[in-house]
Amino acid sequence: MNWLGWLHDFFADPAHRSGPDSVVHRVLEHLAFSAEALGLAALVALPLGLLIGYSGRGLFVVTALAGVARALPTLGLVTLAVLLAGVGDAAVLLPLTALAAPPMLVAAAEGVRGTDPDVRDAARGIGLTHPQTLLRVCVPAAAPTLLAGVRTASVQVIATATVAAYVGLGGLGRYVIDGLATRNYPTTVGGALLVVLLAVAVQLLFALLIRLAAPPGARPGPRTRSRRTGGAPTDPAPVKTDPADSPALVKETP
Amino acid sequence: MLDGEPLVRWRWLGDHLGYLGDLTADHAVIALVPVLLALLLAVPLGLACARFPRLYQPLAAVFNVVYALPSLAVFVVLIPYTGLATRETVMVPLTCYALAVLLPTTVDGLRAVPEPVRQAATALGYGPWRRLAAVELPASVPYLIGGLRVAAVSSISLAAVGALVGRGGLGYLFVDGFQRTFPTPILAGIVLVALLALATDLLLVAARRVLAPWARGVAR
Repeated sequence: MNWLGWLHDFFADPAHRSGPDSVVHRVLEHLAFSAEALGLAALVALPLGLLIGYSGRGLFVVTALAGVARALPTLGLVTLAVLLAGVGDAAVLLPLTALAAPPMLVAAAEGVRGTDPDVRDAARGIGLTHPQTLLRVCVPAAAPTLLAGVRTASVQVIATATVAAYVGLGGLGRYVIDGLATRNYPTTVGGALLVVLLAVAVQLLFALLIRLAAPPGARPGPRTRSRRTGGAPTDPAPVKTDPADSPALVKETP
Repeated sequence: MLDGEPLVRWRWLGDHLGYLGDLTADHAVIALVPVLLALLLAVPLGLACARFPRLYQPLAAVFNVVYALPSLAVFVVLIPYTGLATRETVMVPLTCYALAVLLPTTVDGLRAVPEPVRQAATALGYGPWRRLAAVELPASVPYLIGGLRVAAVSSISLAAVGALVGRGGLGYLFVDGFQRTFPTPILAGIVLVALLALATDLLLVAARRVLAPWARGVAR
């Protein structure tokens, strides 16, 4: 397979160097509507998740909802939205938001829920009100879990935003879809590779953010590194793929 | 935009029941066989990771990246090897995605076995391997099934994207409906994908009730 040849053709094409079909422009487009969808989802999902996690009410609904949302095929939602609303940003924005919201909602709820009850009691005991306890104690403690949820959502949205090109919008999917349609393989492979790179870059960025967001005491510094793992940086709070994993839930559900 | 086209043409649905059934069956194979394959790979890999913890970090890192790969991009990149519109083009990446979900849950499950249980098994004369297979693996069944539920549902939803490279089961309905500005097949596709996911999920919950009756009420 002449992979390198394809990539060379892709990047050597003058149309990919400047203008509306240039790599830089497509990457920015891709990032722009991914960020819009993520921002919108965060605006809705994070406050709701924090409240649900703090009050402990409605957790069942959240997990059930997340399960349903996971089953919805984005390609179907996008095509349907375009038929109903016409080609436009909204047609892609809404399905992508629906994709991004559940992981954030679950992570926020689980993260806050997972705060040590003793720590919470202590916060209440020194006179913090409920909102103060939530914002000053639970949110910082849940930050790594929260960020891991945002990471999952971001990676999924960036990967899925490729589909937007199918209904005529821009972004990196343009290369993949146009290349497929015209049997121009270098374009398709180049576009696919760029999406992969973008997704991996975002994941690495979040890995860094998650390490920085961990409270100083819980950071894997030189002292706390365990000898067993050879000091390899560990993900402090991987998103639980199943709430059954959460010890708090195992104990408390009837 | 729809020019007077109704959202659902019930007659079309009635006329195409057999066709929809065929697509659903195809979709189930494309989406769920990879999950089964991934399970067959995840259990031995997970056991090995639990036995030799050093193995886990690099494997987990690799699968973290794998999970970030956009499905459409991977399908496209695989076409020269597995062919356009073949099942393999879609099933190979789906297996990797499912494995990326299942391996961590398997290892988490094995690690979550309470220490006293482990010690009791050791006291009964179980060696490390036999203890893993006969005590820790059954004890981690609720975790495994939790992972399977996530993997199966995502796989069913992801398989639809395969329609863009010519083999996506129910996903074909989205492409078809979009090209003809005909919302009925799209809606039918969305509903059938969701129903297939729901049915699979319920089946897995039932399996957990049978295989791990002690975990009742633990799950969502």
